[in-house]
Amino acid sequence: MKLITAIIKPFTLEDVRSALERLGVLGMTVTEVQGYGRQKGHTEVYRGAEYAVDFVSKMRIEVVTEDSTAERVIEAITNAAHTGKIGDGKVWASPVDTVVRVRTGERGTDAL
Amino acid sequence: MDSGDTAWLLISAALVLLMTPGLALFYGGMVRSKSVLNMMMMCFGAIGVVGVLWLIYGYSIAYGDSLGYLLGDPGEFFGLSGLMGPDSAGEYALEGTVPASVDVAFQAMFAVITVALIAGAIADRARYGAWLLFAAVWATLVYFPVAHWVWGGGWVEEIGTVDFAGGTAVHINSGAAALALAVVLGRRKGWLKEPMKPHNLPLVMLGAALLWFGWFGFNAGSAYAADGVAGIATVNTFGATAAAMLGWLLIERIRDGHPTSLGAASGIVAGLVGITPAAAHVDVWGGLAIGFVAGILCALAVGLKYKLGYDDSLDVVGIHMVGGLVGTAMIGLVATEAIDGENNGLFYGGGIELFGLQLVGAIGVMIYSFVLALIIGFAIQKTIGFRVSEDVEVGGIDENEHAEVGYEFGPSGSRRVAAATSAGAGAGPKTEGSKA
Repeated sequence: MKLITAIIKPFTLEDVRSALERLGVLGMTVTEVQGYGRQKGHTEVYRGAEYAVDFVSKMRIEVVTEDSTAERVIEAITNAAHTGKIGDGKVWASPVDTVVRVRTGERGTDAL
Repeated sequence: MDSGDTAWLLISAALVLLMTPGLALFYGGMVRSKSVLNMMMMCFGAIGVVGVLWLIYGYSIAYGDSLGYLLGDPGEFFGLSGLMGPDSAGEYALEGTVPASVDVAFQAMFAVITVALIAGAIADRARYGAWLLFAAVWATLVYFPVAHWVWGGGWVEEIGTVDFAGGTAVHINSGAAALALAVVLGRRKGWLKEPMKPHNLPLVMLGAALLWFGWFGFNAGSAYAADGVAGIATVNTFGATAAAMLGWLLIERIRDGHPTSLGAASGIVAGLVGITPAAAHVDVWGGLAIGFVAGILCALAVGLKYKLGYDDSLDVVGIHMVGGLVGTAMIGLVATEAIDGENNGLFYGGGIELFGLQLVGAIGVMIYSFVLALIIGFAIQKTIGFRVSEDVEVGGIDENEHAEVGYEFGPSGSRRVAAATSAGAGAGPKTEGSKA
């Protein structure tokens, strides 16, 4: 199994979610996060006092999937989150040893 | 007694009271989320402390028989004696055309907000009890006598300084005290290094809206009548404020590149402050000019603290002292007999004398308030302590001084602890068999 983690622009979240739904992905976890890569932050001004805000608001999506569908999930996220401008985000996959469904105790791909 | 005037003053009293909760929102939105409740509580606390003192002896110090043009006789109306109930003939004591009790209530709200305004200079770092003590002592030694100077027959009024609704008594007064307390308490930990951004600008905008709304009572109520003077004050309270907002935004657009919502809210308050002393002494051109100049100068003045190195956290000096000075001084330039029937400023053929008198009154109040606030502040600092410990300041003053937090987002990992003090509520071991 694979854990697919994606950092995306917040306004692309719904496109990404529905693209994954069409692929048959049954669940995901979403977190509001802040960070930066090549896209840098912005400047805010309060009564003339300037603040550099280094971190940019992003969404992190986490999906656990079977090895066989991992590539398609990555592709779906990449397509849906793509705007072509700097700051579109990153997607990466990491191996997962064990998954347990808390309600039933099912393990492995049955728990997905 | 005039029932129309009385009705308007009763409403104005309520309008001016609302300004202090409005100020609490205006200030509260500007601090960091970890100190929003403390900021609002400092404002609400002023209502409690100053309100009670006003009724007991404050009104008498402000409006009792003048003792050497410096303060009113505290004994004359102690506990509002002779002002509340009807006399043997069934008549109520009057102040002009309204019952004296209505005057007491209306003026109480001015005392309250003047003290509350000071709190903005010491955001995030004052012990709450020490603040309440300061509020009581400063109101007693400074606000009540200064109100007497300006409106109760004291020296400022006697020499002919014009202050319609409180440019000197309220704004220069509170601004000077704010500067003193910023000096006494020192800078917040991390000032100029850590971000100290407003945490909730919609709260600030709501506060500005309530202040503007209440200010119609503040200025037009100060006519003490439901008449043409109140009408002039209303128009100027609207027009000057609108012009000030534009002035502030213009400076921001030129200097920072962006007109900000905090700038609009701040410009509104700067305009209201500026027009306060002049509200019924200037025509529409004078009102718009005072507002525009107040907006511009206050927008520039709020940057001074960074150069001079004092942490007037929410710019009480830059807005209230500077705005109060602008309005008070500009009366000497643009007051017109055509509006108030007695004063002409320099630009209306009145010569320089009025301008000079305005400055004398303003500077007198400024120095007295600054020096007394400095003395009271240092006395509190050296005895019971004014500033919270570094741990409290860093951890958040709401949590440590008030045992509350302003906002709870998501699960906080908290659980109910059996209350040792509430009999019967929790039925925990400590309450069992407890007797009263």
